[in-house]
Amino acid sequence: MKIHEYQAKELFKQYGIKVPNSKLCERREDIETILKTMKMPCVIKAQVHSGARGKAGGVKLAANYEEAVKVADSILGMELKSKQAGLKKVNKILIEEGIDIEKELYLSLTFDRANESIAMIVSTQGGMDIEEVAKNSPEKIYTQQIGNDFNPIKIIEKMGFNEDISEKIANIVKKLYKLTIEKDALLVEINPLVITKQNEVIAIDAKINFDDNALFRHEEILLLKDESEENPLELQAQKEGLNYIKLDGTIGCMVNGAGLAMATMDVIRIAGKEAANFLDVGGGAGSEKIEKAFRLLISDKNIEAVFINIFGGILRCDFLAEGVKNAIQNLNINVAVIVRMEGTNKEIGAKILNDSGLKFTVVKDLNEAIEVIRKI
Amino acid sequence: MSIFINKKTRLIVQGITGKEGSFHARSCQEYGTQLVGGVTPKKGGEEILGVPVFNSVKEAINEVQADTSMIFVPARFAAGAIIEAAEAGIKLIVCITEGIPIYDMMNAKKAVQLNGARLIGPNCPGLITPNEAKVGIMPSNIHKKGNVGVISRSGTLTYEAVYQLTQLGIGQSTCIGIGGDPIIGTNFIDVLREFQMDSETKAICMIGEIGGSAEEEAAEYIKNNITKPVVSFIAGLSAPEGKRMGHAGAIIAGGKGTASSKMEALTSCNVTVCRNPANLGITIKNIIDKM
Repeated sequence: MKIHEYQAKELFKQYGIKVPNSKLCERREDIETILKTMKMPCVIKAQVHSGARGKAGGVKLAANYEEAVKVADSILGMELKSKQAGLKKVNKILIEEGIDIEKELYLSLTFDRANESIAMIVSTQGGMDIEEVAKNSPEKIYTQQIGNDFNPIKIIEKMGFNEDISEKIANIVKKLYKLTIEKDALLVEINPLVITKQNEVIAIDAKINFDDNALFRHEEILLLKDESEENPLELQAQKEGLNYIKLDGTIGCMVNGAGLAMATMDVIRIAGKEAANFLDVGGGAGSEKIEKAFRLLISDKNIEAVFINIFGGILRCDFLAEGVKNAIQNLNINVAVIVRMEGTNKEIGAKILNDSGLKFTVVKDLNEAIEVIRKI
Repeated sequence: MSIFINKKTRLIVQGITGKEGSFHARSCQEYGTQLVGGVTPKKGGEEILGVPVFNSVKEAINEVQADTSMIFVPARFAAGAIIEAAEAGIKLIVCITEGIPIYDMMNAKKAVQLNGARLIGPNCPGLITPNEAKVGIMPSNIHKKGNVGVISRSGTLTYEAVYQLTQLGIGQSTCIGIGGDPIIGTNFIDVLREFQMDSETKAICMIGEIGGSAEEEAAEYIKNNITKPVVSFIAGLSAPEGKRMGHAGAIIAGGKGTASSKMEALTSCNVTVCRNPANLGITIKNIIDKM
């Protein structure tokens, strides 16, 4: 789960990590009142879940009050390109007092999958896309796995800072580590972490991603979820316990199991089409859940056909057939429906579909499915 | 022979009194697995499926000499259950549970390693040695005894592959789903090593998916250590970057972990990569027929 910069900074404050003075603004009529209380220059930052907000025009500096009003007015309500949700309206801005920057660093703690541990990544190339830095000047990135005998100061001193600054950065690392573990964060990133002319170390940006599987023990984090950032179909699916991801193609698909769902998307591509979605209905779905899943699937206006591919182990084919039949009867659907069922009770399932009087194309295996989809 | 489980396996189920736990414990028992007991805290002394329920894994080991445990405990308690099994001395732990927090698994895996146990999963369908033992949730009837070893990060996609094999008359030595999470106990390489040593396994079917670098590492290992033919399919060629495809581990991030890079790595290491999942069975059959 992702949260906004302003929310991440609130968490930083709770853990004693310094951030600039800032205020959140959600309404146009509040812009002037808020700006009057703040020191100039200031930075105005769109609060959307997206990297590269600066490039998209969502982060701007203002030298004085008049300019700040103008900038804030232009960013609040603007449409910003966001990776997660396409074109995204900016509903919140963060107004932040300017900092006298001496140097910009990059600092993050992240779950390192290759080593199955938490890693610290630090670089003197702050404020830039860290993946670009890794590609172009890898010698400027220091990575260290965090184990029991971890001492961040050893690495930080190597980077050429004086003792005072090294100490301050190491302290921030320790606080970030505490946050990471206590809140089940998979990524905590400060880019840039700034050393000021007054020798302070301040987090100018903040990004935190949490482990979805651990949210059951973090109600306080769940409260930070911004539903407007999510695709509405995906959000609806989540609420119904379905694993759904909207994609750009035209063949809707419904599958049980994530691996088979991906393979089914691949099969659709082999047939010369693209999947409209990823949908894993899970192992124990009953006919009601199947019906809901089917409704969700076809509410996507881009689809021209639906391919149902079920390998029934725990999921019974008769439940599947019942759910699909009900959905189609109740919804008056006019797209082609292709069904491939294998496993538990597949004969009963096939009978339900055949007796329904509705139009299905039942295929016996994936190769036959490819042939049918190709002809759509 | 076979790998990890056979007729001698003495299985307990942690979470045996739950709905899923009892359903699958029964299915394993019906398949012929020696189910010797179950564990559910505070339900010790009861009986289910004709076997005793214990309060702890330790008790189950002492009383019925369990050596293998299958875990159905809910996600928030599952890492604790793995640690309990490892510390009590269970040799093979198969964790079916899905949705365990990553940092919980980090700790659980350390405990497993420290105690010299083997963990399969979590978030996996388990494993089966046809006609000998099943410790998992896969549909029993699609399997057939034979000489192809199957390893996979997925559940139902494994069933698909096995089904295709069986339809073509090709049996399996052991089929293992290693799980779709970022941290798993047993990886491709661990299983490949066992299949290489297993005299009954003549060919290997390896099913991977996007995310991480397990397939690339396996490719390197195959090149240097595996003399048996390996056929592979990687799911997610059509998956976009940055979207998590169901499994917590199945995500392309920063351009890494794509299906095509995995396929390339495997191809360059003498693995036969099957690009169409519909043709997995026939590809393996063609190779076996030539052996």
